[in-house]
Amino acid sequence: MADLKIRIWRGDATGGAMEDFSVPARENQTILDVVTQIQREQAPDLAYRFACRVGMCGSCAMEVNGRARWTCRTHVKRVAAPGEVVEIRPLANLPVIRDLATDMAPFFDKWAKAQGSFQPKDAPDGSVPAEFSVVPPNSKQRMEADAGIECIGCGVCYASCDIVAWNKDYLGPAAMNRAWTLVNDVRDGGNKARLDAVSGDAGCHSCHSTQSCTERCPKNLDPSSAIAGLKRKLFWDSLLGRR
Amino acid sequence: MGAPGARLWAVQRITAAFLGLAVVVHLVTIMLAVRGGLSATEILERTRGATLWFGFYAAFALCAGLHGAIGLRNIAGEWLGWRGRRMDGLWLAIGLLTAAFGIRAAWGLYHG
Repeated sequence: MADLKIRIWRGDATGGAMEDFSVPARENQTILDVVTQIQREQAPDLAYRFACRVGMCGSCAMEVNGRARWTCRTHVKRVAAPGEVVEIRPLANLPVIRDLATDMAPFFDKWAKAQGSFQPKDAPDGSVPAEFSVVPPNSKQRMEADAGIECIGCGVCYASCDIVAWNKDYLGPAAMNRAWTLVNDVRDGGNKARLDAVSGDAGCHSCHSTQSCTERCPKNLDPSSAIAGLKRKLFWDSLLGRR
Repeated sequence: MGAPGARLWAVQRITAAFLGLAVVVHLVTIMLAVRGGLSATEILERTRGATLWFGFYAAFALCAGLHGAIGLRNIAGEWLGWRGRRMDGLWLAIGLLTAAFGIRAAWGLYHG
């Protein structure tokens, strides 16, 4: 079988360049397999990040031929025609540490900024509430929360978002998707601060609904709709004096 | 809504909803009123003293001014990095000035 032509970005925060590699093509191989092969056999100092290899942990995202993807679940065959060069770069919109590894801190800091942690309503002191909340699985709010709950935090949406590129303060799709799941959690009591945090130019009101996040989310989540939900809620709550 | 961006977003959506209807009313009125030609005198005869139409066009101009300025503010923020309270003040002034020109024109038809 012919070899695969791979171009990988090598460098660090101060800059870098593309480097060409050639690896044996196999019947079934993912982009992560290719990167691993290169690190083991040809460039032991190649930096990249992965953990689970099965699409659960969200740590192996990279730009493949100009598009952010989870590399462990991306087969080479699906993204490149036979003979085509595969170009692999670190995720966009995040600072590069080295080679294919980006610093994810700004991404997760924005989850915290968007108040993405659960604030129990019934037991602010952390004690177990006397009564359990009854949340019917087919209630509207539960279904809204369900739609966004499976995010693995891979950063693909964040790297694909134009607004993040234009405005460094913009919270991004994943953080607001998380906020929307909590807004719809009837057990949560932190919505006032959360809705304040996700409104305005750094929040949902800057979204253009171009939907790259929804298009590229490897888990088929729909952060665009979550952000639209936040806009809708903030609009009506303000108009009707509910906040 | 705390952040200025949130209020401006709401204003832009509300003005867009009004402008959508207003543009239709404006165009339909032109088509119905022309009927094979209108002179300036004929137009002025109809518009002078028509308080309702003055109100409509004053609202139209105000919405157009605000809607346009908010849109330009967002484009300037994203493409040129022009952000902050002072820029917001400048865009508000530009929006109100644009609206004032439109209202002045409507006033001319109503009163002049």
